Amino acid sequence: MPIQGNLRDFSTTQLLNLINLSGRTGVLRLYEGVSTGERDANNNEKIAPGRERAQILFKSGKLVYAMVAGQLNDLIAVLKQGGKLSETQSKLLRERAKGTGDKALAMRLIGANYVSRNDIVACVQQYVLDIVYNAMAWNREPFRFEENVDIDRADRIMVPIDLQNVIVEGARRLKELDEITKHIDNLDLCLKFPENPKEKYAGVHLSVDEWNVVKYVNPKNTIRQIARAINMSDTEIRRIVYGLEHAGLVEIVRPVAPKPAPMPVQSADRSARLQPQRPQRQVVNRIIEKLRSLG
Amino acid sequence: MQTVKMVITGPYSSGKTEFIRSISEIEVVSTEREVTTEAERREKGATTVAMDFGRITVDDDLVLYLFGTPGQRRFDFMWEILAEGMLGFIVMVDSSKPETFREAKNILETFRAYAATPYVVAANKQDHPDAWSPDDLRIALRIDPDVKLLKCVARERASVRDVLLELLYAITEQMDE
Repeated sequence: MPIQGNLRDFSTTQLLNLINLSGRTGVLRLYEGVSTGERDANNNEKIAPGRERAQILFKSGKLVYAMVAGQLNDLIAVLKQGGKLSETQSKLLRERAKGTGDKALAMRLIGANYVSRNDIVACVQQYVLDIVYNAMAWNREPFRFEENVDIDRADRIMVPIDLQNVIVEGARRLKELDEITKHIDNLDLCLKFPENPKEKYAGVHLSVDEWNVVKYVNPKNTIRQIARAINMSDTEIRRIVYGLEHAGLVEIVRPVAPKPAPMPVQSADRSARLQPQRPQRQVVNRIIEKLRSLG
Repeated sequence: MQTVKMVITGPYSSGKTEFIRSISEIEVVSTEREVTTEAERREKGATTVAMDFGRITVDDDLVLYLFGTPGQRRFDFMWEILAEGMLGFIVMVDSSKPETFREAKNILETFRAYAATPYVVAANKQDHPDAWSPDDLRIALRIDPDVKLLKCVARERASVRDVLLELLYAITEQMDE
């Protein structure tokens, strides 16, 4: 029996928990949500599955692999993302190792001392975890979990990862992201340099992504425009702007937060009025007998 | 004449009315009205606005009443009234509609707060191809292992009878404690 629904109603974290607790083997497919224009039972927008966005594979309740649709997900891509291969190396390798499966390629790379076994395991784990942590922030994608799928069929290097740790770390990241989103709630604000930028930037080492943002800092550019210009997701740019702002390297103007809504007044304790009947056992037994007699 | 009351609750369109209809010896006294919103109309044409009422005569001086709560939140003022004096309650969940699970959990917690009576959870529409299994539902709804979560097809009298029996067994178990 497949498990299907929408992440809006049942989050990735809850799904991982379910798979972990029930020790399942199978594949979780996440799809792009396509609005149907209709409403569901909760009067929410009805969302149908569109193109596949990602696949996450599980074996006996452990996370073993993940891939994003439309992206290269072979060992070369994994090692490149993990910083073990440069762009040129990966292109060269892709040409030379055409038709070689991931497992065979791994053996050749280890044999040639390009990478160690531990490098490969660490890169695969990180690659898989990045996809899963990213998917944990999705909240409107239709999903379908299918069991009895032969996940060993393809020539993939699968590294079992304990889901409990993934859930805990994913939840921590979500909380962090939530705080950042609350802090930078409006992406239509602009960034500007502080009063004395030379002093602030002296001796600071920025990552490539941070530099990409910094070079667009101008009171005329909104954060959203910068994100579009450098092909960055809303989440990524929020994270970077948050870091830059906290380091005092940029300033943003935030709107005045609206006053919080007053807390609803709790109704008085109603339990006293609603005490259950205390029937005699004999009464309950009579009902049981009656029901048993019903065909 | 002694009367005993059980409440059947759950989200909108989870099958409460059908559950009572399958087992009641009288034509269910239903307060269904045509639904007013487009989305709800697609799910079903009418909904319970006050309560459903079914009856099972046990013997000459004992009657079991089944009360179904209205599923829509705007009628939840009725819940507390219906919960008064109940022997136990059944939370119906449409196993094929995960979008209603959160609401089912909220309703369950609300009824638990009303009274410390035994209850069971009925995983309804188990004959639906998209139905989640009871084991998955237990995890999804975070139901304690000691609470009974039962397969159910509310259209089938035997299935309804089994759910009611399990609730009664839960009641007797509580008496033993």
